[in-house]
Amino acid sequence: MNSKRYVARSSEIAARRLGDEMMIMSGRDSTLFTLNEVATAIWEAADGSTALDEIVQRKICPAFEVELEVALRDAESLAEGLAGHGILLLSDEPFPPPGQESK
Amino acid sequence: MNVLMQEMSAKALKLGIPLSVQVDLTYRCNEQCVHCYLDHEDHGEMTTLEFKHLFDELAEAGVFFLTMSGGEILMRKDFFEILEYARALKFCVKLKTNAVLIRERQADRMRSLGVHSVQISIYSHRPEVHDAITKIPGSLKRSVEAIRFLKAHGLKVTIANVLMLQNIQDYPGVKALANELGVESTLDPTITPKMDGDRSLLDLNVDNAALRRVFRDESLVGNVEEFCTPPKNVNDDDLDLLPCSAGHTACYVSPYGDVYPCVQFPLPSGNVRRTPFLDIWRHSDQLKEVRSITARDLPSCSQCTHIGSCSRCPGLAYMEGNMRGPSTQDCEKSYARTGIPSAILMSKQSSISLSSLIQIQVAPRVAPSIPVSPPDECLSLASR
Repeated sequence: MNSKRYVARSSEIAARRLGDEMMIMSGRDSTLFTLNEVATAIWEAADGSTALDEIVQRKICPAFEVELEVALRDAESLAEGLAGHGILLLSDEPFPPPGQESK
Repeated sequence: MNVLMQEMSAKALKLGIPLSVQVDLTYRCNEQCVHCYLDHEDHGEMTTLEFKHLFDELAEAGVFFLTMSGGEILMRKDFFEILEYARALKFCVKLKTNAVLIRERQADRMRSLGVHSVQISIYSHRPEVHDAITKIPGSLKRSVEAIRFLKAHGLKVTIANVLMLQNIQDYPGVKALANELGVESTLDPTITPKMDGDRSLLDLNVDNAALRRVFRDESLVGNVEEFCTPPKNVNDDDLDLLPCSAGHTACYVSPYGDVYPCVQFPLPSGNVRRTPFLDIWRHSDQLKEVRSITARDLPSCSQCTHIGSCSRCPGLAYMEGNMRGPSTQDCEKSYARTGIPSAILMSKQSSISLSSLIQIQVAPRVAPSIPVSPPDECLSLASR
């Protein structure tokens, strides 16, 4: 069984980095979110083709000196929270490259 | 503005980031509104590529809110190409339009591209009044149909009404129309001078008695007593206030690439065809000067009892001849709101009575001959 989870930024949102934070507005209901530095790093790495555990291992643990198990648990919680608001997409499979999505 | 937005604005101010930029795609228009300040001739608009390049620069500078306006934005044949490019850069895109050219297909496209909101100009609920202002028969019907198309596609729509002599009786009707359509509405009581410096349009402004009635309309201002409460004594905090976001976290770019602090503050600060946007934003002497001004630096206004609550627009003050001076239209609004004349109005009253005795001739002020447009959020009375 493939337990990997893939994350991709929704195209429905507006987003911009503001200093070390990320400002994101949901296209669904215009709710405004800000992501802290760690969450921003995950958001920026959410390219749809890199698994979440790889993102945590490569980008989060070395940069923020946090244990893999703890970081992964927090990252999954974050990803599910953002997916609940429609600003991040979650899947057990990699997302198709931009322009090749099925409608 | 919600708390998070306030925090983001404060952070943008601290970091020197232009959080919000209005770009006019064209000054051409398919309506000929009696109160319009623009020269609708095309004097060399930026090309599609130039707009895309500008948007790349705006994204790099940290712009989050991108308002596309005009003129009429749909007069540009490449409008949807420009919009698609902006959305790919993840701007929160707001559109200002008369909506006459928006049908089912355009509404669907705007929704699919993730437009945040669409502001549509409606001056009356009566065709004979609205169409007389736009000078286009059938324009109210077309705009209202467009609102229905946009709503049906799930887009957020706001009706923007401008108060003038022609429609002074009709703002309750426009508000009722907005309610019927299920959209928000705003009312802007300020007519601005024309881009060529002609101030004759100011004659369309409603008088003080009408302003007083508007400011005491509970459906517009909420708690009338609170809204119209006389100003408190001026304190140090009031004098440290920044006039508004113009040049601080916001600016404006014309269809010709000219950068100004705000759409209503026509202080030429650079041109993106010659200089990268970020260089203008960070290094323009004009923007630096705008940023240096606090309420304490305003010779007349710092002495005025209204300084803490006045809607003083530095752009209107600039168009009167001095960006550190008063904006008389805002002085009049403070007076209409509270019943207490501003320092400038009081000095004008005394000079009028003196002039009738001693016949002092004052040289006329010359307004700058560059484009300006009415304000939106900064002066509007929003209602639901």
